[in-house]
Amino acid sequence: MAEEKQEFWRWTESNWKNPDIIWKDAKFVTVGIDVGSVSSQAVIMADGKILAYGNMRTGSDSPNSARNALKFALDALGDMSEERMDYCIGTGYGRVNVPFADRSVTEIACHARGANFLYGPEVRTVLDVGGQDIKAIQCDKKGKVTNFLMNDKCAAGTGRGMEVFSDLLGIPIQEVGDRSYEFKGEEPPAVSSTCVVYAKSEATSLLRKGWTKEEVLAAYCKAMADRIYSLVERIGVKPEFAVTGGMAKNRGVMDRIMPKIGIERMKTEWDTQIAGAAGAALFGYTLCQKGKGRVKG
Amino acid sequence: MLANYGYKDASGDFFITIDTDKCDGCGDCVSACPAKIFEVLDEDPNDPMRDEPVAAVAGDKKKKLKYECNPCKPGTDRPQLPCVAACGAGAISHSW
Repeated sequence: MAEEKQEFWRWTESNWKNPDIIWKDAKFVTVGIDVGSVSSQAVIMADGKILAYGNMRTGSDSPNSARNALKFALDALGDMSEERMDYCIGTGYGRVNVPFADRSVTEIACHARGANFLYGPEVRTVLDVGGQDIKAIQCDKKGKVTNFLMNDKCAAGTGRGMEVFSDLLGIPIQEVGDRSYEFKGEEPPAVSSTCVVYAKSEATSLLRKGWTKEEVLAAYCKAMADRIYSLVERIGVKPEFAVTGGMAKNRGVMDRIMPKIGIERMKTEWDTQIAGAAGAALFGYTLCQKGKGRVKG
Repeated sequence: MLANYGYKDASGDFFITIDTDKCDGCGDCVSACPAKIFEVLDEDPNDPMRDEPVAAVAGDKKKKLKYECNPCKPGTDRPQLPCVAACGAGAISHSW
């Protein structure tokens, strides 16, 4: 009988609670739900501070993914009921499919606002490498978008492509960054195609030629870095520069982009995947402050 | 805000940029474009704090701009693009 195959691409889902905030005193509790193509996040904020978040994979059913992500975040918090939330904003690909959201905002606006929160007001250029698209955004000190570009026509150079490669090579997704530097001798050249389908077939033939897994991974990371950089280049980079989305955790790609950009990327303690949901929750908070929140009957 | 709609692929860059600070949502570009690629939205989806109408490239068109815009872009003696000409505020530009 065939053994069950290990799924190397499966990254770990997580939730977190901020132990320093007593939410019961909060004036407004706002929620941001980012239903992306690959992952979904829910961020719960009390008066503009992160109270809890949940980060999980998106299933085939967007309304369910939204609900599960919120439940995951509420689980971390433990003692809050869904009714306590004053405003909820949906964002991401599945933003129109969040049944309990009061309104939806595009992920462009949310990522800029979220990056402004996670990295600080100095951030002017945000690169979001998501599951199936890449967004390059310029914003002002308040996190308002001033220039943006989104590539959602093709999934080349995105998170899902990396998942496919980790599965192909049998390297757990968390280790991809480090393993891509474990080649001997000179760094191998980038694979010629960044298209996931073609790159996969090219990788298979390189493995056939005797390349090691690490070499193939290095070549793919390099190709992804080239692809991502070509999009960033179009809108230009103004310091400071920050990266959001799951790819920010992959040094295999990030360390290959940064020399091209020429400046350091900002660092954060936060999970970079929650930027969109955090931005959404912040917009909810701003709307509540302006008296445009939900009318409670 | 400079809103870049479009994509980049192996054959080139195909972006239409709308300067939303200049755009007043008049809708002249919507009627000027023979391929009907523009639409006017009641509020800016990328700026939730703005409540005025704004022009955008329609969702079903932004991934095929190379082909949709092609009839207005002959190789020689290219006249001014109808969308660019129609926009009194000068908010629209093309990358190719």
